[in-house]
Amino acid sequence: MNLYEALRMAANGLLGNRTRSALTMLGILIGVSAVILLVAVGNGASVQINNQVQSLGANVIYVYPSNARGSGGVSQGFGTGQSLTQADVDALNSKQQDPDVLAAIPIAQSGGQITYGNQNYFAPTTGTTPDFPQVRNYQLAEGSFFSADDVTARHRVVVLGQTVVDNLFGTTDPIGQTIKISRQSFRVIGVFAQKGGTGLGSQDNVVVAPITAVWAYLTGARGKVISQIVASASSAGTVTQAETEITTILLERHQISDPAQADFQLQSQQDILNQATSISTALTLVLGAIAGISLVVGGIGIMNIMLVTVTERTREIGIRKAIGARRRDILMQFLIEAMVLSGLGGALGIAVGALLALEAPKISALATSGFPTPVVSPTSVVLAFCVSVAIGLFFGIYPANRAARLHPIEALRYE
Amino acid sequence: MITLEGVTKTYRMGRIEVPALQGIDLHVGRGEFVAIMGASGSGKSTLMNILGCLDVPTTGRYILDDTDVAMLGDDQLARIRNKKIGFVFQSYNLIPRTTALHNVEMPLIYAGEGGRTARAREALGAVGLADRVNHQPTELSGGQQQRAAIARALVTNPAILLADEPTGNLDTSSSLEIMRLLSRLNAEQSRTIVLITHELDIARFASRVVELRDGRIVRDDTNAK
Repeated sequence: MNLYEALRMAANGLLGNRTRSALTMLGILIGVSAVILLVAVGNGASVQINNQVQSLGANVIYVYPSNARGSGGVSQGFGTGQSLTQADVDALNSKQQDPDVLAAIPIAQSGGQITYGNQNYFAPTTGTTPDFPQVRNYQLAEGSFFSADDVTARHRVVVLGQTVVDNLFGTTDPIGQTIKISRQSFRVIGVFAQKGGTGLGSQDNVVVAPITAVWAYLTGARGKVISQIVASASSAGTVTQAETEITTILLERHQISDPAQADFQLQSQQDILNQATSISTALTLVLGAIAGISLVVGGIGIMNIMLVTVTERTREIGIRKAIGARRRDILMQFLIEAMVLSGLGGALGIAVGALLALEAPKISALATSGFPTPVVSPTSVVLAFCVSVAIGLFFGIYPANRAARLHPIEALRYE
Repeated sequence: MITLEGVTKTYRMGRIEVPALQGIDLHVGRGEFVAIMGASGSGKSTLMNILGCLDVPTTGRYILDDTDVAMLGDDQLARIRNKKIGFVFQSYNLIPRTTALHNVEMPLIYAGEGGRTARAREALGAVGLADRVNHQPTELSGGQQQRAAIARALVTNPAILLADEPTGNLDTSSSLEIMRLLSRLNAEQSRTIVLITHELDIARFASRVVELRDGRIVRDDTNAK
């Protein structure tokens, strides 16, 4: 018996009871479309997180002060240390011991109310040096970034992110305007191009000023604190070398021989990316697993219906056996029937799931809430189809085997 | 063609053993038309099942066309049924929702043989159903269904044709039509036919009548035509 005949028999069997076949298929259809849709949402979240992390700047390495320890050895929390200095930054920029570090910039953070005219807005102010756009991967939309001279002379100039501009200026051109940060006047000399991305601290909600000006006018009493150093490696492939070089330089400069006692810690973009990826992978798996349960329920539906079908068609099985069907032929017939049922349900489920995934971003309520755009991966489509056929096989074996083992005489006598 | 030697068949109903056949010796030669008669409970259905290789004897030998089939397994029996036996049942037993043509093709599909459609059409033509090939069983009369079943039984060119009460569900004229067809197949093509019936009128078409009672052969006559 060849495949064509087997498929023809299966089609004949399934068409004999259309409503029942359709309802059974619906079970698999719902399961598969749920898997496709939820995995697509998970993938979408992955892509979104990935883009966001990438937009922070490629090849970036963060250096944080370690947790400060009080007299009793009590840890005072992440980033509370003050172990990083401008001299560290200069050393990292010297490029003699660290050829793989392209540039390093100090970061000093300050909060504060920002006002322009009668508008006010709250955004963190970042004090840094002229390499900031290069290291953090920012483009300027208007104006220019501040220079080394501005840093030396503590000029009160700022470059704003798009979100800040929108909130303070509306349609007014911000270049040349004076804003007040914590009641100190700063002149706007540039605006960053939009980086996009939502959630997780928008990259467009930034105010950047020379670090010396931030120290002098904003952080005040806290002194010349550097909350982190951001360095960029020469390429994605040299991030690991760059990290080693930075560690070596800083350990040497801080006169620490045991790396375990280091008063600073490094985190690369890759680390963050890995963390984010593992979270979103876990998310995708959980979503997939939940949807997978409905697939199993669909499979049980197939088994149920196949058992009913086998009982109903006992006489037909007897006739087939009488005219020469072997066990294998009967087994194949019902297995293929179950697989056609689940495979067809799976194919339709893929179509429905993919359609829902494509249409979801068009629902405005979802689009504005920062819901990730679902990404239907070809792998999940192929996998979903194979799994649904496999479900037909798995849940079809028991009923098909039951049919194949029927005794021809008893089957023929069945009314 | 067919030789039964000391064939017995005992069924177990729980703890009770029910002897259905108690030592049958029977020889049917090529081209014979044998009617097996007997009241219900005489063992004729059991004999039919054994002759049709649907069941195996408890003891004794059954040689069909030089093959001892008493000791064969399920799949080997299926093969014998497919190649050497053509069944015609009382209730036609065509596969529902399947055209006459596809029904007749079915044994060839299981045999994995080629030229199926042509051979099936030819077999249907031989029983006078050439114009009904694409009809489903529900679209055929009882007589037509039984003729399609005969075509299906003959399409593999089997050694014997086993007909179990083939006219049991038919009216008189259709019965006559079917019996004439069987007679013609026997006379023109030398088909070996074993017919099971309890009606004397029907048994009269055969050239030899074997009567069973309580699992034994009590009469074996050659009909004078």
